[in-house]
Amino acid sequence: MSHFVLDARNLLCPMPVIRTQNRVAELGPGDVLEVRATDPGTLQDIPAWCRIHGHEMLSVTKNEGEITLTLRVRAA
Amino acid sequence: MTTRPAPTTKLDHSPVSPASGEPRKAVALISGGLDSMLAARVMLDQNIHVEGINFYTGFCVEGHTHAIRRQAQAKPKRNNALWTAEQLGIKLHIIEVIEEYKEVVINPKHGYGANLNPCLDCKGFMVRKAREWMERNGFDFIITGEVLGQRPMSQRRDTMPVVARESGAFDRLLRPLCAKLLPETLPERAGWVDRSKLLDFNGRSRKPQMALAKQYGFTDYAQPAGGCCFLTNEQYSRKLADLWAARGTKQYEFDDIMLLKVGRHLRPRPHFKLIVGRDEGENNFLNGYRKNFMHLYATSHEGPLVLIEGTVTETDLELAARLTARFGRGRDAASVTLTVTDTEGHSRVLHVAPLAASDVPAEWYL
Repeated sequence: MSHFVLDARNLLCPMPVIRTQNRVAELGPGDVLEVRATDPGTLQDIPAWCRIHGHEMLSVTKNEGEITLTLRVRAA
Repeated sequence: MTTRPAPTTKLDHSPVSPASGEPRKAVALISGGLDSMLAARVMLDQNIHVEGINFYTGFCVEGHTHAIRRQAQAKPKRNNALWTAEQLGIKLHIIEVIEEYKEVVINPKHGYGANLNPCLDCKGFMVRKAREWMERNGFDFIITGEVLGQRPMSQRRDTMPVVARESGAFDRLLRPLCAKLLPETLPERAGWVDRSKLLDFNGRSRKPQMALAKQYGFTDYAQPAGGCCFLTNEQYSRKLADLWAARGTKQYEFDDIMLLKVGRHLRPRPHFKLIVGRDEGENNFLNGYRKNFMHLYATSHEGPLVLIEGTVTETDLELAARLTARFGRGRDAASVTLTVTDTEGHSRVLHVAPLAASDVPAEWYL
């Protein structure tokens, strides 16, 4: 299990979701991905995408316009 | 060029895929609107494994784009395709097709609709991309939420076969909402789906869809006028046509089409235009592009951030400054002070008299 970071700042939805989807496709079960974004739409969309695909949303934090969403890739 | 696959000698009637032993699989084009949601739901009722696919062209009408504007920010921000998939309990694959889609917009084989909407080419493109995805992922057929007679270009009896043919999907393309009005497709002939349980929706009325939505308990679904594409929008299309005319070429980059969605656009002279933020949200958005453009804003009064697209003379710049002042709180002041910054980051101060409303011809507005 490894920890990865995806920079999706300054992208408007759905691009952060697409980048997250494509990055997760390269990761293995149990890997953790930290997505950094600025579009408030990610607060809804990335957790929704995780629910749909069975990935675990570990945390969502917002700090002065920068959003960090951390997810764990589902077991195979 | 797409060619029809060789006919199989024996129709495979198995309700499960011989390759995987799993239920038959359909990939559903999910726009985020009601029709594609219903089409997918009808297939789920027939125990078909459905996964959604959604294409991001850059022209998609997203709640988030509207949310750039300040007054819209109180509304919930959601991606309608994701929301739809979650309501249906299916996976959704969002595919970015911005570069490939340019050819559809710039050179549509079947032409444009009422605006710069290449609906027939677009549908053929999306079904083709879905067909390629289907083949890569071992799915059996494609479904869409198309309704016969609902759209004047892509959803007519004579054009629906064009989509099936040019996409290469042929009879693996099923339209559950109007299938009873169309020739049988492979999933029906093979018995993977029960044709008698498919629908016969026809025409522009939304009542049958709304009744079915009620039956399924769907509420709060998106119903954007003109579908989910900015190219069906008259004003947006006018701005895109202006961009092509001003550059003398039918090309665009992603940032171009994003900026056409935001702000008030004015072309006071053929060689430059202004993009004027209409509120704080738009000013913030345009601020992200400021380094790529000469830009202006008032410092003596509240007002918009204005990007200048094109090369301007000193006289042009004064006109741009007077217009910038016109759209700010200093519009009735004798003089407004502004800062103008070029693309190399050099700033200077201007003092101008705001332009009167009567001095802004209607034809400057795009």
